[in-house]
Amino acid sequence: MTTNNVFKIEDFNLWYGSTQALYQVGMEIPRNEITAVIGPSGCGKSTLLKTLNRMIETVPSVRTSGTIEYNNQDIFSKKQLVEELRTHVGMVFQKPNPFPKSIYENVVYGPKIHGIKKKKILDDIVEKSLRGAAIWDEVKDRLSQNAYGLSGGQQQRICIARCLAVEPDVILMDEPTSALDPISTLKIEELIKELKKDYTIIIVTHNMQQAARISDKTAFMLNGELVEFSDTNTLFSNPSDKRTEDYISGRFG
Amino acid sequence: MHQKVDSSLIKRKVTKNRLFYFIFILATLISLSFLVILIYRILSQGIGYLNIDFLRNFPAPYIDKAGIFAGLMGSIFMIAITAPVSIILGVSTALYLEEYAKDNKFTRFIQVNVQNLAGVPSIVFGLLGLTFFVYIMGFGYTLISGALTMSLLVLPVIVVASQEAIRSVPQELREASIGMGATRWQTIWRIVLPTSIPGIITGSILALSRAIGETAPLIIVGAAAAIYTIPDSFLSRYTVMPIQIYSWTARPQEEWQYVAAAGIIVLLIILLCMNAIAVWIRNKFQKRY
Ligand SMILES: Nc1ncnc2c1ncn2[C@@H]1O[C@H](COP(=O)(O)OP(=O)(O)OP(=O)(O)O)[C@@H](O)[C@H]1O
Ligand SMILES: [Mg+2]
Repeated sequence: MTTNNVFKIEDFNLWYGSTQALYQVGMEIPRNEITAVIGPSGCGKSTLLKTLNRMIETVPSVRTSGTIEYNNQDIFSKKQLVEELRTHVGMVFQKPNPFPKSIYENVVYGPKIHGIKKKKILDDIVEKSLRGAAIWDEVKDRLSQNAYGLSGGQQQRICIARCLAVEPDVILMDEPTSALDPISTLKIEELIKELKKDYTIIIVTHNMQQAARISDKTAFMLNGELVEFSDTNTLFSNPSDKRTEDYISGRFG
Repeated sequence: MHQKVDSSLIKRKVTKNRLFYFIFILATLISLSFLVILIYRILSQGIGYLNIDFLRNFPAPYIDKAGIFAGLMGSIFMIAITAPVSIILGVSTALYLEEYAKDNKFTRFIQVNVQNLAGVPSIVFGLLGLTFFVYIMGFGYTLISGALTMSLLVLPVIVVASQEAIRSVPQELREASIGMGATRWQTIWRIVLPTSIPGIITGSILALSRAIGETAPLIIVGAAAAIYTIPDSFLSRYTVMPIQIYSWTARPQEEWQYVAAAGIIVLLIILLCMNAIAVWIRNKFQKRY
């Protein structure tokens, strides 16, 4: 049943109350690749990203039309439990948002809410996830300490580990490095490239260099429309749309 | 020329500044001195009558035998019922309003009314308790009627305090939890409540300490003054400290005023302890996020 595309978005529109934020978006997101979404502020990048795991539904006024399929299943269909979708499609937020709990408790939060209780299994998950998020060596001796005592970059990697612990299939990242310093940013970028082996990653970024450095595919959005979606190299070296060219050469945005 | 104008202006401002400074100091001193007088009067009158027997004795017609035991136990029993009832109802209501209710006209209507209820005079709650618990439910003039009436009285305050505590939990924490596939209830149970519980407890303790000092509504729902047993069931007759104290002050002989003062000392100590616990909890858990 697995095709090469994780998500298939067709004719998708979204409104916040009466203002439309997404217009006729259509794209297919390839498996085990990094897809970057770029565009000026307010163009709808976060809106699109949050729609993919239906987090957008926490905004009561949202209405949508069109279809989004995750592994060929309509994510808006009645039989799709939103909680289940979110275990497959995890999310890392712009600002590191660890829980005010220990590092250990942060990582096991997901497995615990999904019913895993055995200490041994949880311990294994913690080590595996922290290793996966490239932060095991830094925190392995202080797992019981509060995650708030870590630096911003470390906190963000804890959040990535927390996301990995649920064993998702897709990881959505909304400007995951915009609150971090250049070195932490670099570390997270390395990590994202590493994660690509096992996960499909969709990352929103304001930083075009970042998109160029790490992504395989790039989508350029403008005013709620998907202007161009192609291989990252093509999009940056040989954009087919005039607006894309203007944006990447810094003429607006 | 400029210089001259400026300096006189500044002088005037400085004088004005000092004037207000003294006005505020004076205001503070006036209220403080009343507090000191109050405490001095109560301590000097009551301390001589305060001993272990005073805590152990029932009210008696003789001054040296009179004690606050019935009131003390009555107040404790009442709070033991009022606290769980009002906290469970109050926190649930706050959770509904903050976490579940849609932001519509109806929700805002409830919201405004809860806030209004918090300002309704306590005697009105007494009348409500009399109609509902004493007559309609048929509990009569019993401990349970008094305790439930008190629960109604503190409920709005607990709801408002809990709502504030719940609202102060950062939205990002809820998003992180929901984003991992947690249900709303799991998010509330594992993230929202643990993070807001210090604020909820602090607010509840302060609200309950108000209930301990209340007299008017309990007189209406039938707390008695002369009780020679401690409550042994929900349907026992009962008294509480402030009512006991009030009945002593109403007696003609001067000595009873001193007994009342001793009672007030006990009441104040309990209130101070409750407030101290509230402050302690607040400081201990203050903003860890
Ligand atoms: N909760 C909301 N209610 C109403 N309108 C919203 C809401 N969230 C976003 N919008 C509007 O939808 C449009 C797209 O917002 P979105 O957050 O998706 O932009 P973005 O591309 O992520 O911007 P940024 O780069 O600044 O994060 C904006 O015009 C914004 O004002
Ligand atoms: Mg955004």
